[in-house]
Amino acid sequence: MKKIYFDNAATTPVRKEVLKVIMPYFSKNFANASSFHSMGLEAKKAVTQSREKIAKILNCSPEEIIFTGSGTESINLAIKGIAFKKLLEGKKGTVITQKTEHHAVLETLEWLKKFGFNIIELNVNKEGIVSLKELENTIISEQNKRNEVILVSIMYANNEIGTIQPIKELAQLCHKYKTILHTDACQATEYLNLDTKELEIDLMTLNGSKVYAFKGSGLLYKKKGIGLEPLLHGGGHEFKLRAGTENVPSIVGLAKAIELAEKEKKSENKRLTQLRDYFIKKMQKEIPKSYLNGSKTKRLPNNINISFEGVEGESILLRLNEKGIEASTGSACTSQSLDPSHVLIAIGRDHGLAHSSMRFTLGKYSNKKEIDYTVKELKKTIKFLREISPIWRR
Amino acid sequence: MKLEGNDWIYSKKVKEHFIKPKNFLKNQKEVKDFNGHGSVGNIKCGDLMEMWIKVKNNKIINVKWKTFGCASAIASTSMLSEMLLEKGGMQLEKALKITGKDIMDRLGGLPAIKIHCSVLGDQALRAAIYDYAQKNKRTELSVEKPIEEEHH
Repeated sequence: MKKIYFDNAATTPVRKEVLKVIMPYFSKNFANASSFHSMGLEAKKAVTQSREKIAKILNCSPEEIIFTGSGTESINLAIKGIAFKKLLEGKKGTVITQKTEHHAVLETLEWLKKFGFNIIELNVNKEGIVSLKELENTIISEQNKRNEVILVSIMYANNEIGTIQPIKELAQLCHKYKTILHTDACQATEYLNLDTKELEIDLMTLNGSKVYAFKGSGLLYKKKGIGLEPLLHGGGHEFKLRAGTENVPSIVGLAKAIELAEKEKKSENKRLTQLRDYFIKKMQKEIPKSYLNGSKTKRLPNNINISFEGVEGESILLRLNEKGIEASTGSACTSQSLDPSHVLIAIGRDHGLAHSSMRFTLGKYSNKKEIDYTVKELKKTIKFLREISPIWRR
Repeated sequence: MKLEGNDWIYSKKVKEHFIKPKNFLKNQKEVKDFNGHGSVGNIKCGDLMEMWIKVKNNKIINVKWKTFGCASAIASTSMLSEMLLEKGGMQLEKALKITGKDIMDRLGGLPAIKIHCSVLGDQALRAAIYDYAQKNKRTELSVEKPIEEEHH
């Protein structure tokens, strides 16, 4: 059966251009980039050039880029790195975040509570957007209590519902009150503006597994002058912020992928936005009582997240899977807990609709034919599951 | 749980019952043919089950159900309905002895996180038998009043 892959927010395939440039670094030139022989220097050069390529796109200097092993690692380095720096200065403080963050942020902050840090999660509106006013009030109130706000961490775009946050305005607000902003840009890398000067961002996490590079590749942008404690100690790699032999193919692949994404950004954004809106419109027309989760306009071009009243997400997912369609759900049934998506609850969905959600995330290889087939199968699936559902009343 | 094949997270039997569920209530009008009804679960937790039984001469001779829930919840209810109707129906006393584990065994196992789905199946059945017992003054049947389920 032909597979239709609508789970690009979970991860993307490695694109062939990326595969091509990384192949030499596995067996042909496998050297350690810290070695002094010519193979080592060549590997070093590949790392340096990759760093420069990315720096150009991020409009920063190469020294501001720290290669890591994943988005999760970059987030951990940013948050724990700041927090532990404070601890060493004999201080603690407050970190402000918001409710729809990825678990990599929320769980890291939860762990920091054990060390006495104060963590505040801001609410979001129905579209999933944080309020600048609420952030400002929270910072002021913390500062009035003599609690230093050591970091604000707010994602660029949400992985479940695709909502885009006003990152530049958030960064400016943070700076007004002498604090800094970290943003998790894992879902944004492929589609949004990554110019760190224009965004005025202080710390930014990017990862390769959503941009047609590798799983296990990522980076943290760190503005010059911001002090971090490393998580990994050892040979002093990555400006003494992330020890460990450079993963040359991973770094080369990440640079190539980000470079290609930047080049195709404009046209892909346009193409995918059209496909996305076509998908949403068609689905809502064909299937009654289906509700879009998130924002209509402040939304990633590849994200579709819809709740279908009266049916449960996992059963939709598995029946679509039988038809060769691979997607994702916010229902509890696919997670390790019994609670539905924290993101859908945060935007005010009741538990029923949160359990009834499906996420389809388009990618480079998605097309209209796939969408037509998916809506057709989805319509049949929802109709059947509603027939056996005790809470669906026609 | 052993994985059968690499494209499906449940057993073959679960898939069979999930893709083609048996004995679900197709038309709300059928309800009047039944003399016991139970409803358990909680939308908050993501599963809700309703079951109708027809009891004649102390035997369950017909069962219908409706389920909102994941694949294992749907398959569990379908499996249970089939178990009850085997060999021309099941004595009430025997039906009351069915446990979640029995359903799970017949399904070829469930992942640990899904065990509560099969438990819900036998609870729905108990609730339906309780309803029948109440309406028909069958006080000798040892079935307790179903408890309103909390968020589990």
